[in-house]
Amino acid sequence: MALLQIAEPGQSAAPHQHKLAIGIDLGTTNSLVATVLSGEAKTLADKDNQVMLPSVVHYTQNGIEVGANAFKNAALDAENTLVSVKRFLGKSKADIEAEYTQLPYKLSEQDGIFNIETCQGPINPIQASSEILKTLRDRAQDSFGGDDITGAVITVPAHFDDAQRQGTKDAAELAGLNVLRLLNEPTAAAVAYGLDSGQEGIIAVYDLGGGTFDISILRLSKGVFEVLATGGDASLGGDDFDALLVEYFKQQTAQNELDAPTLRLFMSKAKACKEALSQYKKVNVVLEFSQQTHTVEVTKKLFNELATPLVKKTLRACRRTVKDAGITNEDVLEVVMVGGSTRMPLVREHVGSFFDKLPLTSIDPDQVVAIGAAIQADILVGNKPDSDMLLLDVLPLSLGLETMGGLVEKIIPRNTTIPVARAQEFTTFKDGQTGMALSVLQGERELVDDCRALAKFSLKGIPPMAAGAAHILVTFKVDADGLLSVTAMEKSTGVQAEIQVKPSFGLSDEQVAQMLKDSMSFAKEDMQARMLKEQQVEALRVIEAINASLAEAKGLLSEAELETLEAEINKLMQLRDTATTPEQLKVGITQLDNASSDFAARRMDDSIKKALTGQSVDQV
Amino acid sequence: MKYFELFSLPIDFNIDLALLNQAYLQLQKAVHPDKFAHNSSKEQLLAVQKSAEINDALHVLKHPLKRAEYILAERGVDIRAEQQTLQDPMFLMQQMELREGLEDISSASDPESAIEAFDKEIKTLENDFNQQLKALINQTELAELARAADIVRKLKFIYKLRDELERVEDSLFDD
Repeated sequence: MALLQIAEPGQSAAPHQHKLAIGIDLGTTNSLVATVLSGEAKTLADKDNQVMLPSVVHYTQNGIEVGANAFKNAALDAENTLVSVKRFLGKSKADIEAEYTQLPYKLSEQDGIFNIETCQGPINPIQASSEILKTLRDRAQDSFGGDDITGAVITVPAHFDDAQRQGTKDAAELAGLNVLRLLNEPTAAAVAYGLDSGQEGIIAVYDLGGGTFDISILRLSKGVFEVLATGGDASLGGDDFDALLVEYFKQQTAQNELDAPTLRLFMSKAKACKEALSQYKKVNVVLEFSQQTHTVEVTKKLFNELATPLVKKTLRACRRTVKDAGITNEDVLEVVMVGGSTRMPLVREHVGSFFDKLPLTSIDPDQVVAIGAAIQADILVGNKPDSDMLLLDVLPLSLGLETMGGLVEKIIPRNTTIPVARAQEFTTFKDGQTGMALSVLQGERELVDDCRALAKFSLKGIPPMAAGAAHILVTFKVDADGLLSVTAMEKSTGVQAEIQVKPSFGLSDEQVAQMLKDSMSFAKEDMQARMLKEQQVEALRVIEAINASLAEAKGLLSEAELETLEAEINKLMQLRDTATTPEQLKVGITQLDNASSDFAARRMDDSIKKALTGQSVDQV
Repeated sequence: MKYFELFSLPIDFNIDLALLNQAYLQLQKAVHPDKFAHNSSKEQLLAVQKSAEINDALHVLKHPLKRAEYILAERGVDIRAEQQTLQDPMFLMQQMELREGLEDISSASDPESAIEAFDKEIKTLENDFNQQLKALINQTELAELARAADIVRKLKFIYKLRDELERVEDSLFDD
């Protein structure tokens, strides 16, 4: 790793030092990693010069294989080869069983966590996803000559709910990545295209991947990417088109039930057939299983008939999203195609005629998301301090609370720009009621049962009052990653309850920490040493950040204040060298953070003031 | 009127939406969490708060009804949390008739033109009330503000009708 550099207090450490930042497209079928090198965003290839990593994890007695080799085993060792696990993120066992009837896995559930039983024991989708992320992290690290990666932007389908986003973030943390931001896939694609073309105006991004479908409408203007509305289907993608062909194969070969290897064989043949039909009018599929050989003919016409209902489903979502954006189809200047499934001619034709425009495919639809993510990562990590780019994204699905009678009270409607904080008052239902159970929901429907239950928590210790007398203020906050936290407070007494909405069927922080420990083959002392090193890096990051701020806006502090803050910085700098436990250093970091909070607040107010002064000058 | 001040705009119900949007983007460029991703956690937290506050201010000022409620509240007539207290039999009668009309749309022989006609009807009402509101809301007399508040209450009914019309439209033409 690179030597750590230390600067004088008040000076920023090597201001032009390039930090290593990556963008990762964690896809249902394939995953990619990209980075900005010498000003240009590029996807990174593995040793065999392959950019796409099949999102397949194979668990064997001896270890874990990820990617193309794992994919080869999908048919041979289906039970231990996890394919398209992204579809399982943030879901419960019941959700998955209801949605997918023909999975070649043994599913189980323990302490509310959904697992797939493999020869290495139970594996949850977050762990499997983290293996994919680790492989990409290592690939990036190798291409940087082993240097540490400062941070990563991970993309998610715009339509992912809170549980799915949280699952993705947990997987990235489990893979040892510092997550700079979760970025919506269509927004990432818009960044890649927008910066490329300097386009201004309204664009639509149609993103049909292996397992998810998104449609986003954005307004581009002077470096600002403003998402007006987003919609889609978190479980509709290329896999569903394959499934239609699998059904057809089953019909043609007179099979009712398929064993795991045959099912996997049918699935991979279906995928290959679908891809071939993008070029050919007719494909003969040879299926060899259980000492039988069948040849099934599939024409383009037949496939199109099977697939049209699915494509129409995506167009219905497009119509709704255009309406949500408050525009009409004619307002859309360009339609950008993203995701491998947009290679299907049928999809291009329908989307083209829906928007009455030839869809744009000039950037490889498989790579465009990773490229956009890399561009944002480069900016977030501080490599381009003069960048004018701003991404304003939205909440994809409404958030609300359960009220009496199984109804949903919406607190934040979908397509609200994030970050956002909204509060609403509720009251007690019974005389003398001292507690209140809050159930947090996500979705568009009126009834609780039709929405996604994200988490339940309770506010206790409300003093007994008459029904309707208590004023309970519930505040929903959604950060720039689209992640929710909820607080509840009884106003007259100040009784409080607070939760980070960790989905009921997701992992708790402790569980993530435990898995992280388990995954490291270190002795306890090594573990301690590693955590100390992490805190040392964090301490340096905090010092650098404050020094950089001081270099810019020292004038906001009086001389005495500046001296105090500088003394605190020096204190942490010394502690960084002398601390023997990570806890010690953690306390020191918090101390400096607190000591700098006044300065941070002043700087923020100052930025606001300056932003508008600049504007009024423009207007003169 | 801190929301107007935040965007450096004059306190006026007749807001310049283009200027509002321009100021909004300037502010977000200064405080959005993405601008602080490599700063200290205190600054990151503050950025999220400020950015959310600016989003909320935009949300209130952009929507005519919310803007009116905000101005009224700042002038001492807060009707944001109240339960329905409208006493205008003529208006309520008209509302009931409109609701019946709305219910008949799905069974109309030509629902599309029925929706269009209904939409036109409520738009006329909305424009009417908006004109009245514009004349009253920038006044300072409490009596006039109270009349403005009554119009806002009526506009709420109109907006609710519009939402429901949209729902009818969705259910008729979705799929």
